[in-house]
Amino acid sequence: MTSSNSNPVALEMRRITKNFGATCALADVDFAIRKGEVQALLGENGAGKSTLVKIISGALKPDRGVMSLDGRPYHPSDPLEGRRRGVSMIYQELNLAPHLTVEENIMLGREVHRGGFLRCKDIRKKIKETLEFLRHPEIGLDLPVRQLSVGARQIVEISRAIMDKAQILVMDEPTSSLAKEDTERLFQVIRKLKAEGVSIIYISHFLEEVQDVADAYAVLRDGKNVGAGPMAAATLEEIIQLMVGKKMTDLFPRLGHQQGSVLLSLKNLKGLRMSEPVSLDLHRGEIVGLAGLIGAGRTETLRAIFGLDAVEDGLIDVDGVKILKSRPWLMIDNGLGLMSEDRQGEGLALPRSLLDNITLSRFSPYKKFCFLSVKKRAQAAREWMQALKIKAQGPHQPVLSLSGGNQQKTALARLLHQDADVLLLDEPTRGIDVMSKSQIYEWMGRLAAEGKGILFVSSYFPELLGVCDRIAVFYRGRLVEVRPAGDWRDESLMAASTTGRA
Amino acid sequence: MKKKTKLQALFNLLAPFLGLILVLVIFSMIPDVQSRFLRIANLKSVATQSVIVALGALGMTLIIISGGIDLSAASNIALSSVIAAYAINAGLPPLLGILLGVLTGGLVGFTNGALITELRLVPFIITLGMMGIARGLAKWIANNQKIDAPLSWVNELMAKSPRPSWLLLAPGVWLMIIFAVAMAVLLRYTVFGRHVFAIGSNEATARLCGVRTKRAKIVIYTLAGLFCGLSGVMEFSRLTVGDPTVAVGLELDIIAAVVIGGGSLSGGEGSILGSMIGVFIMAFLRNGCTMMGWPNYIQEIIIGVIIVAAVSLDQIRHRRNA
Repeated sequence: MTSSNSNPVALEMRRITKNFGATCALADVDFAIRKGEVQALLGENGAGKSTLVKIISGALKPDRGVMSLDGRPYHPSDPLEGRRRGVSMIYQELNLAPHLTVEENIMLGREVHRGGFLRCKDIRKKIKETLEFLRHPEIGLDLPVRQLSVGARQIVEISRAIMDKAQILVMDEPTSSLAKEDTERLFQVIRKLKAEGVSIIYISHFLEEVQDVADAYAVLRDGKNVGAGPMAAATLEEIIQLMVGKKMTDLFPRLGHQQGSVLLSLKNLKGLRMSEPVSLDLHRGEIVGLAGLIGAGRTETLRAIFGLDAVEDGLIDVDGVKILKSRPWLMIDNGLGLMSEDRQGEGLALPRSLLDNITLSRFSPYKKFCFLSVKKRAQAAREWMQALKIKAQGPHQPVLSLSGGNQQKTALARLLHQDADVLLLDEPTRGIDVMSKSQIYEWMGRLAAEGKGILFVSSYFPELLGVCDRIAVFYRGRLVEVRPAGDWRDESLMAASTTGRA
Repeated sequence: MKKKTKLQALFNLLAPFLGLILVLVIFSMIPDVQSRFLRIANLKSVATQSVIVALGALGMTLIIISGGIDLSAASNIALSSVIAAYAINAGLPPLLGILLGVLTGGLVGFTNGALITELRLVPFIITLGMMGIARGLAKWIANNQKIDAPLSWVNELMAKSPRPSWLLLAPGVWLMIIFAVAMAVLLRYTVFGRHVFAIGSNEATARLCGVRTKRAKIVIYTLAGLFCGLSGVMEFSRLTVGDPTVAVGLELDIIAAVVIGGGSLSGGEGSILGSMIGVFIMAFLRNGCTMMGWPNYIQEIIIGVIIVAAVSLDQIRHRRNA
């Protein structure tokens, strides 16, 4: 696809810097895309891709740096201005009004009217032409959007952008919820748009698809440019190397622990939101990491084990007890504990105190008849706060006012207080400071040494490699492979997570 | 295949009327009631009784489609009726009194809309507050009594047998019909109407697409307020006095009518036709129950059951379509 290389530059960004408080999301990042070019924007979670495209769309303003569109300065104050200048974003969560019809959604905000009364006839023809151009003439204009498939909704959004005369189209993980055929059709659409001179910024974790569809790539790591070039000139391995970078490994305090008998065994477990059944064993004194992209089936597996999602098929064996239909209360009775990835929404009762949060899942020691002793509970909470070094004024402080790291340690304290034998930890270190992270790793090692079993979901490969005994990789709902942690490397984990091949 | 879809289309067209037809059929089959229920005079009286709730429901439909709610509707009706009576009692010409009543309603609605958009509080809270404020103001202005006003042509608006007999229905009923048609057209054929649906369906998207959501919301609540004002004038016309304690709890009847008619409290759904049918289902139920000599509490239980049944049927229909 060398033809587009000679086209003029459509969008250029220079020395873009963006800080959020003390953290630097982007540092002097350059980015440019030519007319009719498909450029992949790559990087690990948190590398700064989202921030960069938000700046392009106008949702965020850069602290420093200049942007130009078609040679003219471009500094949108909001997404609306961006759209007027021809920059449209197809979001991961689709931006449609579910009750409105296809036509109504496409024309929303720029309805053709006379004296306030809608005039639809001419415009319907144009929309039909657009849908035909996108090779989706089967989409009915009068269907409410909520009755469409995810793929069709995406086409509606793209139609809206085309009717907007978009010159730059940003697609954020457009295929993450698409089936194979829909993905193929979307790529056809992308090629057609490209031929029309539309530039497409394409964000995706699925590297093989990226290789298929993009002309060029740019890689971000820790908010900096680390590489860019024509797609044809790079191999998958080189790109993965760029994304991962060099990492340190001594961050992870390892406590010696020995594996015992099987503690938790999944036999063809299939939960409501899992696309394929999973079989996996967890031993006493073992930490098993679950790697993969967001939505690949890791969280879904944990939720099915714990009974938060209905189990459709399969069996869960907890230390000899066979469970067909898991329920959270039942799993807690059987010694399981789950730490949710959604700390604020699900994991903690934010407005409540530390002591309420820590003791919530096991009140029995403080019960006399049906009264709870606040004093005894506060005492227990205090002990766990000390053990986990939770920084707070006291057990009565609302969890809301704690830092992210201390909140997460509170969530862990609840599992410890509950004295769970099997800990299901979903992204326990996401968004917390390095010190708290390291304390959580240390506790995981200590718990394993005590003979407990841990399933550890994480999107951050170095911590999986540093902490786990074995690592299982998920790809698009399927458990691809389980290997001892020593047999994995950063690159192979990335490759298995993004291609499904180990 | 084609026949089936035609049948389906016919069914979909009639579906909203089914509940109403069912109520009518049931009551006209009961021997005791049969003879009186479907008589023209009775139909006229039900229509007249429906005017006050129906006018309120026109505005409430708009609000509920946009994802909001108005708990102050009934208080607003009371306040407007008191203002109209006060003005006419003070010697203003009746037309001016009516106008003042309607504008009062509009002002309350505008205040609701402005507070909701400026303070960024949920409509439930703002209108809950306004419910108390408007009711209190009405009582204050009326000095906690009924305001007598001299009889005038205003009281003819809700007369069961209208003065020029060729009108057939009370002028209030005609106003209700005209405004219902106007609102249905507004919702269906104007840019504004489409924006109302868009805001209720996904407000963030509407804003992103360039819909001026704040302005639209203020217009929605102001329009709804104006309808409450008109409804208040009708209340005054019916009672011939301005009574600050009238219509207590009526906001729930109005909301129920919209919800029975297919309005979704989470926004994005609803129709004027549906809401009007909701109004008439409740009116005919009341009427029929009264004719049966059933006590009030039976009516309340039946209407409660109807609300739950209607909405759950609607849900089932939606789930099948989705």
